[in-house]
Amino acid sequence: MAKKRVVTTTINGDTHEFLCQPRQTLLETLRDVLGLTGTKEGCSNGNCGACTVHLNGRPVDSCLVLGVEVEGAEIRTIEGVACGSHLDEVQEAFLEGAALQCGICTPGFIMQTESLLDENPNPTEDEIRFYLAGNLCRCTGYDKIVRSVQCAAEKRQTANVGDH
Amino acid sequence: MRPFEYARPQTEAEAVELLSDHDGKTAVLAGGTDIMNLLRRDAIQPRRLVDIKHISSMQGIRQADGGVLVGSLVTLEDAAESPLLAEHRSVLQVAHAHKAIQIQQAGTLAGDLCQLPHCWYFRNGYGLLGMENGLSMAEAGDNRYHAIFGNRGPAKFVSGSRFAPAMIAWGAKVRVVGPEGEEFIPLEYFFATPKTDRQNVTVLRPGQLVTHVWLPSRTADIVSGAYEVLELNGLDRPQAAAAVTLKMQSGIVRDARIVMGHVAPTPWVAQEAANALIGQSVNEDTASRVGDIAVAGATPLSMNGFKVQMARAAVKRSLLRAVGQLDEALV
Repeated sequence: MAKKRVVTTTINGDTHEFLCQPRQTLLETLRDVLGLTGTKEGCSNGNCGACTVHLNGRPVDSCLVLGVEVEGAEIRTIEGVACGSHLDEVQEAFLEGAALQCGICTPGFIMQTESLLDENPNPTEDEIRFYLAGNLCRCTGYDKIVRSVQCAAEKRQTANVGDH
Repeated sequence: MRPFEYARPQTEAEAVELLSDHDGKTAVLAGGTDIMNLLRRDAIQPRRLVDIKHISSMQGIRQADGGVLVGSLVTLEDAAESPLLAEHRSVLQVAHAHKAIQIQQAGTLAGDLCQLPHCWYFRNGYGLLGMENGLSMAEAGDNRYHAIFGNRGPAKFVSGSRFAPAMIAWGAKVRVVGPEGEEFIPLEYFFATPKTDRQNVTVLRPGQLVTHVWLPSRTADIVSGAYEVLELNGLDRPQAAAAVTLKMQSGIVRDARIVMGHVAPTPWVAQEAANALIGQSVNEDTASRVGDIAVAGATPLSMNGFKVQMARAAVKRSLLRAVGQLDEALV
């Protein structure tokens, strides 16, 4: 019972093979087995969204997923957002807009925002607030976060126009 | 979390076999939005977790037998976006009431129907009935979120399902497979009130699982509505809820189904209230009166008398919402 299993998965574009017990969550696996400690543990019951990562392109609370469930899946974590030392638009906007204080919720907010902007590059304030409803921040009062998301959306659109 | 085995079947038959082992001390894993918390707190202790997410027959929404067949792996988000469910308004209203995208896109409709109670005595390891020394902890303790109907037996918790009231009002059935084959069970008879900790909150037997939910199609004369009373600064679950499906003819109700949620150990069909609505039009007055009838038999516990008013309001507002008379700006 409860033998360790080998799990093969793609994390931030790289193939990883690791051992984990069925009872370990994806969050524990990322942090404790793979050393990817950018993903944070908040409530550990699916309320706060601090541990949000992308699983096959969709945002999930990694505390509600088992490590063994991600066999064959594609995962993107906060470590896969920046390109080397080059921050992406969302990270830059959060820094410039002071959208964080203690920072525990920030990786989750950034992953959720990445997902929002992939789906909807130009969201309204209402759409932003609804999309981020599963992410809790106890420091900022959300306004700075919402403004930073708006700013990130603008930055990304400008960058995309520049590309063409 | 305690140790358990993990299995990933590819077919319904494999899942049934895997679930039947260990004397049925097994559990189904789909979206994981609730079971992970139950496991973490030792509220349930399965020896094997059967991950059904890779069973292709349980995916997707399609038309079947004069209705819509919703696979057990269909998420709240899939349901909310499906054109096939666009006219089942009450179901969509409940889907949209789940605010977190992370939960909407992981949680499944069938998982919601099979959800275990959110009773804090159960969740903290005192068993399904929350007993200590043979006494109900909810009866003597903090029972503000517990049942106001059907609570004379040992079960004081409320059914955890948010979709069941709307789906029962629609006349839904669940397709269940198990060691003895498949069966279709009307959702109204799917739920059970346990009398001992060894019994369950549904009629599912060891080895059985829900593979699909079937909802009848909407015809032009049918309207539906759901209303959940949520706590503003509290738990992200309704305190009381109601859903209605009405058959209308020239503004008059010809047939009605009213089902309350989060008020009893099972979804609670308000038959007398529904009967009282037949032959009437729906307006503030009739909706209020029907709300009164729906809660007339309530037997609140020591701390949850306030839920009677919430249930009454939920019935009234779900009726008004069904006929487009609820001021949505106020809710």
